[in-house]
Order: sequence, then structure tokens, then C-alpha cells
Amino acid sequence: MTTKLFASKIRQTCCSSRTSSSFQQLRKLSMAAAATAPPPPSLQEQYEDSEGISMKGVKISGRPLYLDVQATSPVDPRVLDAMLPFYISRYGNPHSRTHLYGWESDLAVEKARAQVSSLIKASPKEIVFTSGATESNNISVKGLMHFYKDKKRHVITTQTEHKCVLDSCRHLQQEGFEITYLPVGNDGIIDLERLRSAIRPDTGLVSVMAVNNEIGVIQPMEEIGKICKEFNVPFHTDAAQALGKIPIDVEKMNVSLMSLSGHKIYGPKGVGALYMRRRPRIRVEPQMNGGGQERGIRSGTVPTPLVVGMGAACELAMKEMEYDEKRISALQERLLNGIRSKIDGVVVNGSTEKRYAGNLNLSFAYVEGESLLMGLKEVAVSSGSACTSASLEPSYVLRALGVEEDMAHTSIRFGIGRFTTESEIDRAVELTVRQVEKLREMSPLYEMVKEGIDIKRDASWIWVTENIDKKRRGYSCSDNVAALAR
Amino acid sequence: MLRLGCSRRFLGLGRQVQNPVQSLVRLYHERVVDHYNNPRNVGSFDKNDPTVGTGLVGAPACGDVMKLQIKIDEESGKIVDACFKTFGCGSAIASSSVATEWVKGKQKEEVLSIKNTEIAKHLSLPPVKLHCSMLAEDAIKAAVKDYEAKRAKMSGNAEAGTVGKAADA
Repeated sequence: MTTKLFASKIRQTCCSSRTSSSFQQLRKLSMAAAATAPPPPSLQEQYEDSEGISMKGVKISGRPLYLDVQATSPVDPRVLDAMLPFYISRYGNPHSRTHLYGWESDLAVEKARAQVSSLIKASPKEIVFTSGATESNNISVKGLMHFYKDKKRHVITTQTEHKCVLDSCRHLQQEGFEITYLPVGNDGIIDLERLRSAIRPDTGLVSVMAVNNEIGVIQPMEEIGKICKEFNVPFHTDAAQALGKIPIDVEKMNVSLMSLSGHKIYGPKGVGALYMRRRPRIRVEPQMNGGGQERGIRSGTVPTPLVVGMGAACELAMKEMEYDEKRISALQERLLNGIRSKIDGVVVNGSTEKRYAGNLNLSFAYVEGESLLMGLKEVAVSSGSACTSASLEPSYVLRALGVEEDMAHTSIRFGIGRFTTESEIDRAVELTVRQVEKLREMSPLYEMVKEGIDIKRDASWIWVTENIDKKRRGYSCSDNVAALAR
Repeated sequence: MLRLGCSRRFLGLGRQVQNPVQSLVRLYHERVVDHYNNPRNVGSFDKNDPTVGTGLVGAPACGDVMKLQIKIDEESGKIVDACFKTFGCGSAIASSSVATEWVKGKQKEEVLSIKNTEIAKHLSLPPVKLHCSMLAEDAIKAAVKDYEAKRAKMSGNAEAGTVGKAADA
């Protein structure tokens, strides 16, 4: 009876303006339409058909080749094989203690924990599963400082850290903590003496990332660890880009906390881990409260399939690190030599020696990065500079390196991974060279350089020919935001 | 039956919501892509040629430098040819390409009235790219001014009247 009343009420409100007969007809029509309507196209069908792909106003004949493994990597098929049973048949909650489903999931999670820990030479008891490196970084930076907030009020980090560390630090700053952002040299490496002198009695944390996500330089982990041990300061490192790519040993590096990610090592997205030293014990305030899973540090059901995937990915990485490293180094050399043999004015950003080979951040002089990216539609790469997003500022990492602003606008990051092939590299070289040549042909800067004008020193040509109402227009970099607001 | 009717209503609503999402996804307008792939009038004229006006605006540090040149028929004051070279994003290249197309065949006084908003509208530039169209407008003005400065220097009093007029504009 109540449902009937409710239904008639809806009918009245929906069709108050229509007569009942027209409503009847409409209903028939709608039924017919519902019966014959074709199924809605899948998301992929909306932009992909037999003629090619059309997305974001860009049309390409096929899927681009992928050279952006720093952003994320494909799941290794062997990892997926390990994961699948835990979706379909062994779907128990690992925290269920009363039945087989729970027990077997728990066993799988513990195996994964051991797999992750052995890759970084830690004990399985020191691994906490999280949703990813961002969460691990948040727990490390904010959780640790909140826990020791009475005695420790100071954090040391670097200017080139990942945004999630920098943002966590900014959050702490708002709460009254003091942060020292260490500068880096031209090669992207921190100065150890500066680190040593920055440590104070109330320093609660030193956070330095192992491998930089934008430029791929490797920080001197062991030396930093030694300094931290000397002053008895916990050392946190964001190793999302380092795990499975360079050898990691938490004992040698004296790391107290380490953030790890699953999807950068051919594992699934949405899972990560945090290494927390047990001796001497490191304690943090949880950022997520709840059922007390993961020793109360990260409440919430552990996602068995994802965790199993991350474990499998770590095991594969351990077996294949050496082989991958050799292949990737050869491919990187091939890419760099291929591009350099055909065009000049190519600069590698960051140290060339202390560098993970799979990350090649290049600046092409006289060519703007965003337009180059637009032309490289068939290669999935990303610009080191943030120009593609809403910000017009060049990359803060490159600026910290002291790369001049005009060169910081010209950078592209090539990421080479386990599944990159030689023919992909050759094609990327071909397309990049073609595009750079085309854009240089179009570049007034390149023309001026060829005419012998030093565009860096002889800046007199800028604004000289015309400078109509610069203030009103406001397209000088610092004024840009104001101009856009108008 | 009622449920069907209702769910269709909701479905209809759902579709309406989807559309703006799809249009948001599109980053570059087709015209921007077209001008980027096939830029019109790329090149350089001799900047010392008295019939050529050169506008060079922007700064490399900002990520945009635009050079726009016009060739003017001395007798009629008509822009007979134009070309550009641009260091900048796809929108900047498209803006300058459009600018050269638009100035060709027009009187030099006439092109001073080309507004950045017209270029931005033609290319559907998003707010973050509006400065590209501003740069293009300024490049046109700079080129005309350069031409007139040259003329004033070369022929002195004879052309002084026209220069004065243009300066007012």
C-alpha cells in the first residue's frame, strides 16, 4: 500500500503538466526505446575504433609506444597470474580468523610481506602494507613528527623531493614545525656537509629520496645514513623509484623508514609498503584509524590480490634486477646516442654517473617542451616541466638544479623499462629528431643563435622591438597568474 | 513500468552529466592541432629590408618567444606577405600562425584592431593559454610599429604624417 502511494506521488510530480493519455503513450514509447536501444559503448570504444584513436583533440593511427615508466609501469603477466586466484576463488579477508578463506589469504599476505622485505634486506615484521608510496610518505613524515612532537620540532628534506613529501612538510610547517629544504648541486645530488651542518638537537627526521622521479639521480644513501646514525636522527627515504632498480639494503643504508610502491615495479596500482625499523624501534602516529590492521599503523582491510601482486613483483625484481639493468642501460645509451648523433644542443639534466639508467631527462635547446610533447603524439613521454598542467612554471626540480629557466622549459623525460624494445627506442629517436628539427626550423631562438646572437647575454632584443603595455598584458612569467585571473 | 520510466529519466540525466566531462577532456581544439601540424607562413624575411616590419615579443624564460614579420606594399600600405617563427607551446604556434593568416592582404592600420580575444575565440584557447593570443596581438602591433619606425628613419618628413597617425592608433 505504501509503495502504491509512493508511486502515485512520483507520477504526479514527474508528469504534473501532462495529461494522463499522453503519459500512457510516452510510457509505451519509453518501453519500446528501452527494449531496442543498443548497449552503451564501452569507455574504450568511445575513443578507439578501427581507424585509429581520437582523444583530447589528437588523432593517432595506433596506440603510442610507452616511454613513461616513471609514471607507472604495466603489470608483469607473471604478477597478474599470481594475483588472479585471489580475486575469483580465494577471496577471503586476511583478517578473518575463523575459516579457511581467511587463513589462506593471511598466508598469502605474509608470503608477500616476506617477498617485499627480502628485496630490501629487511625482516618481514618491518613491512607495513599501505595504498602506495604517497601514503607511506605521509605516515613517515607526518606520523613520525606527530609522535615525537614534544621533543622534535625540525625536519630536513631536499628541494627535489616528490610533491607528497614536500606537501607533508608544508603541512607540518603550518603546525609550527620547522623544515630545512636542502638545496642540490647542478647534478641534483645533495651536499653531505650541508646536511651535517643542518642537523640540530631537535631534528626529528631526515627525508631524502633515493632515486629522483623526474631526473633519475641517485642520492648517496649510505653516506646520508652514516650521518644520520652519527647524530641519531631517523632517516626516511622515498624509494618508490629505486625499488627493484638499484640494490637496496636497509642495514647498509641505515634507513629507519622507507616508502615503497607497487605499480612502479610492474606490480598493481593501489598498493605500496612502508618499511619501519624495529631496532632501534621507530614509532609513528597512524594516519588512518580503524580495526588495527598492520599493527595499528595502517587500519583497513589489506587488499590480498594487490599485496600478492606486489610481493610477486618484488620477487621478480630481485631475480631480474641485474638483467634488467644491463638491458635498460644499453637501451638508454642507444636512445641518447641516437638523438645526439643527429641533433645538437641536447643536454642531460642531472648527474650522468650517479643515475638510474631507465630515466633519461633531456633538454632540447631552442625547442619548447610542451610543443615537442604535442608533436610526439606517438610516443608516450612526459615533460619534466609542469607546463602541461595548469601551472606555467617550469619544473621545480630542474629549477633546484640551477637549470636556466629557458632550458627548464625544454625538457622531456624518457622512461625505459623492462618491456621497452630496441625497435621502440629507434622509433622514438626517429620521431624525436624529426619533431625537434621541425620545431627548430620554426624557432626564432635557433635562428638567432645561428646568426651569432648570444641569446643568454644579449638579452637586449627582448622587449626592445615592442613592449606594448607590458604591465596591462602581464605576460612576464611572474605576472602570468594575474593576467589569467582577468 | 513506472520504474522503467523513472530510470530512463535518471539515465537521461546521467547522459547530460557525461557530456561536459567529455568536452573537458579535450585539451586542444582541432584548429590548434591543425595549425600546429601544418603551420602557415613559417619563415623569415630580411629584417633590414625597408618594406619589412619585424615584431619580436616574449622571453625564453617564460617559455614563449614570437617573431612575426610583415611585408608592406609601400604605395598602398597593404600587407602583402607575412611570416612567423615561434618558440612556445602548441597554442602559441597556432596563435602566431593564425595571426599571419589574418594580417595578410589587410591594410597596416586595419590589423592594429585585431584583438587577442578574437584569436583566443577562434582557437578556443583555455584560460591558461590566453597569454599566447596576447603575445600574437602584441607581435602584430610590434611589427607594424617597427615598419613605421623604419620608414620614419629612412624618408624623414615625407612620411611623418602617416607615422603620426599610426602612433595614435
